[in-house]
Amino acid sequence: MRQPPFLAIILTPLLILGLATLLTWVERRLLGLWQDRYGPNRVGPGGMLQAVADGIKMLFKQDWIPPFADKGVFVLAPAIGMMTVLLSFAVIPATSLRSIAGNLNVGLLFILAMMGLGVYAVVLAGWASNSKYALLGGMRAAAQMISYEVFMGLSLMGVVMITGSFSLYDIVAAQSGLWFIVPQCLGFIVFLLAGIAETHRLPFDLPEGENELGAGFHTEYSGMKFGMFFLAEYAGIVLVSALVTTLYLGGWLGPFLPAAVWFVLKTGTLVAFFILLRAALPRPRYDQLMTLGWKVLLPLSLLNIAATGTILMLRAPE
Amino acid sequence: MSAAASALIEPIRSRSLLDRIFDLHTEVSGRSSFVLASQSTRDGVSTVWVTSADLRVVLAALKNSANASLMLFDLTAIDERGRIHREDQPDASFTVVYHLMSLGACLDEVRIKVALTGDNPVVPSITDLWANANWYEREIWDLFGIRFEGHPFLRRILTPPTWTDHPLRKDHHARATEMPPYSLTEDQEMREQEALRFNPSLWGMKRHSDHSDFMFLNLGPNHPSVHGVFRIVLQLEGERIVDAVPDIGFHHRGAEKMGERQSWHTYIPYTDRVDYLGGVMNNFPYVMAVETLAGITVPPRAQMIRVMLAELFRIASHLVFYGTMAQDVGQLSPVFYMFTDRERVFGIIEAICGFRMHPAWFRIGGVAMDLPVGWNGLIRAFIDDLPKRLDEYDGMVMRNPIFRARTRGVGAYTTAEAVEWGVTGPGLRACGLEWDYRRQAPYACYDQLEFDIPTGSNGDCYDRIAVHIEEIRQSLRIIRQCIDNMPEGPVKADHPLTAPPPKARTMHDIETLIHHFLSVSWGPVIPPGEAHACIEATKGLNSYSLISDGDTMSYRTRIRTPSFAHLQMIPLLSRGVMIADLIAIIGSIDFVMADVDR
Repeated sequence: MRQPPFLAIILTPLLILGLATLLTWVERRLLGLWQDRYGPNRVGPGGMLQAVADGIKMLFKQDWIPPFADKGVFVLAPAIGMMTVLLSFAVIPATSLRSIAGNLNVGLLFILAMMGLGVYAVVLAGWASNSKYALLGGMRAAAQMISYEVFMGLSLMGVVMITGSFSLYDIVAAQSGLWFIVPQCLGFIVFLLAGIAETHRLPFDLPEGENELGAGFHTEYSGMKFGMFFLAEYAGIVLVSALVTTLYLGGWLGPFLPAAVWFVLKTGTLVAFFILLRAALPRPRYDQLMTLGWKVLLPLSLLNIAATGTILMLRAPE
Repeated sequence: MSAAASALIEPIRSRSLLDRIFDLHTEVSGRSSFVLASQSTRDGVSTVWVTSADLRVVLAALKNSANASLMLFDLTAIDERGRIHREDQPDASFTVVYHLMSLGACLDEVRIKVALTGDNPVVPSITDLWANANWYEREIWDLFGIRFEGHPFLRRILTPPTWTDHPLRKDHHARATEMPPYSLTEDQEMREQEALRFNPSLWGMKRHSDHSDFMFLNLGPNHPSVHGVFRIVLQLEGERIVDAVPDIGFHHRGAEKMGERQSWHTYIPYTDRVDYLGGVMNNFPYVMAVETLAGITVPPRAQMIRVMLAELFRIASHLVFYGTMAQDVGQLSPVFYMFTDRERVFGIIEAICGFRMHPAWFRIGGVAMDLPVGWNGLIRAFIDDLPKRLDEYDGMVMRNPIFRARTRGVGAYTTAEAVEWGVTGPGLRACGLEWDYRRQAPYACYDQLEFDIPTGSNGDCYDRIAVHIEEIRQSLRIIRQCIDNMPEGPVKADHPLTAPPPKARTMHDIETLIHHFLSVSWGPVIPPGEAHACIEATKGLNSYSLISDGDTMSYRTRIRTPSFAHLQMIPLLSRGVMIADLIAIIGSIDFVMADVDR
């Protein structure tokens, strides 16, 4: 595998940040559409530059750290959140040509590891804020994300078993006949739910839970540090959507259109689906979320592994 | 003693509350009568005076002998020191008024008054008899300086803890111009700041249990889900609530005191802002009470316009409730749809009244103006359209499994608890009691209108929401009947005490002209007396108890609001639940803080 040009390494995170910024506008416009109102439509064509305006506003805000906060950790937390998401993109193959990290043979494990680290952002933010609302948010985040990580990993095992590889290239390549969403529909559902929980988006946005906790773990954050959580969340949506595309929807594969377009289309649809969920669903209670995770999703993902394994074994040539 | 007295009286449902009070002495030997005096009031509610020493015996006997449905409807006080017309009443410097209401098949009410003398009067507390007496007694202590002996937590409730006066006393100024310029010294500021420091033991909460420390969470007064400026201090173990203490008063604007310095007519706009989602619904009990005092009969067309507008506002208020309730459990979209519908209601209100949220459209004796041309088409289009949208919302909210999981079995209370805590309105009907003031004691023209009283069965959040939604549909039904049967005729009574007064004959004789001039410049002089008027408002029973001392202003304006009683129940519902449940409970109670604090 050829080393990607240095420029691409610089440009990709910038592109993703730009996408995430644009996504804040897309979300607000789509929510507006579904909620019979306009959404931001004043800055630039169709309000597209709203995200830029917001960014400028946030940059110029006072960079304030509450005196009661644990300063070092308080600053570190949003950086961790941002970094883990951006690093994960390194192994996502948008086309058959390359991802930044090349064809990493443990690509999937790398992403799971990064997502695992991402929990620290939320937990540390909640802890370092030294505020009760933030602490409650952090506590919820710790419990929710750690438990959902378990099924997330397990739900992917079916895909890995069929492909026989952790490399995302191989996984996409293995779907040239049939997308994994068909044989792995159980795994798909569990992974999608776990993915929403990982990005703590409605209906799994309990760590923020604005109706209960104000803003949850980032209650005390303002200015660009808040902006980083905000952007990391949107980059996280893109990441999970891109992962689902790669793992279950055949990645860049598709007829007629160029590979990259297929990838963007599929990912974009999933992103819109994420936003639609937010427009449609209420939020379950904390214990209901846990019950769903451990009593429904965990057995489902185990069942998926068992079923996939059995079928593979029966079909295996002697 | 109360136990002995109650044991002697067997429950007989058929006797009225008043009869029972008069019968009391025959059961307790050695007494001639507990009733000191009977008073006749303009509203016909039986009113008796008892001594402060007998108060608890009488109330306990009534409570124990009655069925479980005897509610302490209202508890308030009157500063009698400036009052002229009270010939048939015992001497008193202060009077405490207990308004009891039996929620049986037919409405049965009694007012029990206790005369108190001196400037620092004391009266026994009845918090052990009715749980909801707690806040009412604190309010009286706060605003009148009457102490309640035996009250577990007699602290100020509407004014800040550092307040020194008792604002509803007659010797307390009512206008800013009557007091010297305000200044805040550094010492005062420090004292005020110190008073804000949170000390759990002052709130009746422990810091530790046997095995763990509690976390105290200050929810509000600026929190997205407390619907205004409402503060609850939560004692938490993890996310589970051990105890909750509500703190109100942040929205207190002295609405009752303002009633004592505004003319009968100019007070109407103030009422709009008490339950600020209810609009003209608030005018309703006020003008009804004034009309009772003045002996005015409202013409049928005005009655029906009033009912129609009030029901439109019920719809508007319930729509806000529905949307915010969905939002409180995290559903973002419904509130936008419901506010769009509410906007259409406001379009109609604006076309009729010229205002949207606070039209102040009712007048003493009728309404301000006749309906505009084309009013019925406008309303008909709306009421034809709304049911379809409500069906859609049912699918989106009420049949949503997550929404159900969040509201079913959460915050449930029984009918007995509801009565004990003074819960009325949809919150009472959600327990299964088919009790609606519009049916039990029809006012205006509700006796001519057909409507069902929706009820629930579990008394939980879900049922409260379901009852609200069905009430919207019933209101639509009532409005349709109003359109179809709107009588012709005047929209204001032809009576000299109406405001603004009739003008037709002013240019014909000097006597009418002088009366008209005085009535317009000073406002009508309402004959002395006491009257109370109650309605089924959007959130429960709302009543105005007015005392006229033969003046252009009210001597005492008492506003009994449903939200005040409902909020008091929150600790009972929230013990042992998660924070998220508390938010759902708060949302399902349907209150606005202006309605609580007045």
